[in-house]
Amino acid sequence: MGLINDFFAILLSTSRDILPIAGIIIFFQLVIIRRPFKKANDLLIGVIYIILGMSFFLLGLEKALFPLGSLMAEQLTSPQFINHSGNSPTDVVWQDYLWVYIFAACIGFATTLAEPALIAVGIKAEQNSGGSIKALYLRLAVSVGVAFGISLGAYRIVTGIDLHLFIITGYVIVMIQTLISPKLIIGLAYDSGGVTTSTVTVPLVTALGIGLATAIPGRNPLLDGFGLIAFASLFPIMSVLGYAQIAEWINRRVNQINKR
Amino acid sequence: MDLMPIFVVIFIFQVFILKQPVPNIGEIAIGTCFVVLGLTLFIQGLEKSLFPIGENLANAFARKGSLPWLLVFAFSLGFGTTAAEPALIAVADEAARIASEGGLVADTLEAQLAYATGLRYTVAFAVGFAILFGVLRIIRGWPVQYLIIPGYMGVVIMTALAPDTIIGIAFDSGGVATSTINVPLITALGVGLASAIKGRNPMTDGFGLIAFAALTPIIFVMAYGMII
Repeated sequence: MGLINDFFAILLSTSRDILPIAGIIIFFQLVIIRRPFKKANDLLIGVIYIILGMSFFLLGLEKALFPLGSLMAEQLTSPQFINHSGNSPTDVVWQDYLWVYIFAACIGFATTLAEPALIAVGIKAEQNSGGSIKALYLRLAVSVGVAFGISLGAYRIVTGIDLHLFIITGYVIVMIQTLISPKLIIGLAYDSGGVTTSTVTVPLVTALGIGLATAIPGRNPLLDGFGLIAFASLFPIMSVLGYAQIAEWINRRVNQINKR
Repeated sequence: MDLMPIFVVIFIFQVFILKQPVPNIGEIAIGTCFVVLGLTLFIQGLEKSLFPIGENLANAFARKGSLPWLLVFAFSLGFGTTAAEPALIAVADEAARIASEGGLVADTLEAQLAYATGLRYTVAFAVGFAILFGVLRIIRGWPVQYLIIPGYMGVVIMTALAPDTIIGIAFDSGGVATSTINVPLITALGVGLASAIKGRNPMTDGFGLIAFAALTPIIFVMAYGMII
């Protein structure tokens, strides 16, 4: 019975989240634009789908994935699992944490692929690019970026290298890529950076960051834990711009071969 | 299909690396079914409601030709959806706790509440501003990178200047603004506007609103941390 109660609690809070958005839209549609909603029945059914879908999705995550994912992040960073090879207990040897980097990359990739907001952006991009951007490829590119970013972020927490160094270098690379990328992709690439910090990725990544920062002497969970989120939103921009550059290059090659 | 990778990762790590049994297999199986069902319903709902709502509003505003109302709408959408966001309320309360521990705010409940409320409205205002500015950009056709790159430079400079305790909160609030419900709506609005206005391309001009909404809260919250 606990499950049913939990479901209704989530259903209620999801509906409450939607209320202000619905209020604003209804106000502008009826008072400013002064036109009734087109296909109002379909819209209502759609909204019910969204609320039910979000509720099932969140309940499932809370029941199954989050507890297990957080537990694993804790176990992987615990001193029992990590074979300490430093001379003194305060020596941090970054190679000891190899499994943490691999786990960070895998979990970043997997959760981003399941991110509903990214699925939505992918569908829009495929529709509006006339099919030249595939939703699945876009999501894969973003996931690869997040995987790399979180893995590097975990390495940064372990080694304690200054966060600013990574962020500034990252943004410089993004600026250079922006100058040489096809114009069509730029807005989409920047959007992908914002989308990754959403429902599925943030809780698991935060658990990993806090676990790591707590386990390593000299790290502050409050200051070091957040760095991962910054990495998760920076690297997808690079990977999406990179994807566009590669796609353009392949197209040009194909055209050249066809001309011959 | 979208969820397969998560299970493969968790299963392999749990069994082969950590060498531990998977706890509560039954509960995990039920949870998984819920996640799959939820995602399927959500995607159905996107095509039926959030996408058409965003597009129809964009078309109606473009036809009506009233720029002030469109900007008011853009601001309210950003501000309204963010101010009520539960994740933001949680982040703001946490921030107030850290600030009072660090001695930035008096250790009373009222002072903490005032700090948290101030922070919440700062983020909501930042997102409202971002959507307003982003919509203006689409209408005027300014290239997105000319606005985003100075924004990033602003973040980098502010990170160096702002007090350490606020930085984590600032980056977290950037993520809060992009919730699962307003991302599809805002994307559809941007793409709809760019398609409805002559001379704008839905790909080059339509995307970018989310990027603004994720960027401005970081800058605004760090400024808030510096002023308080």
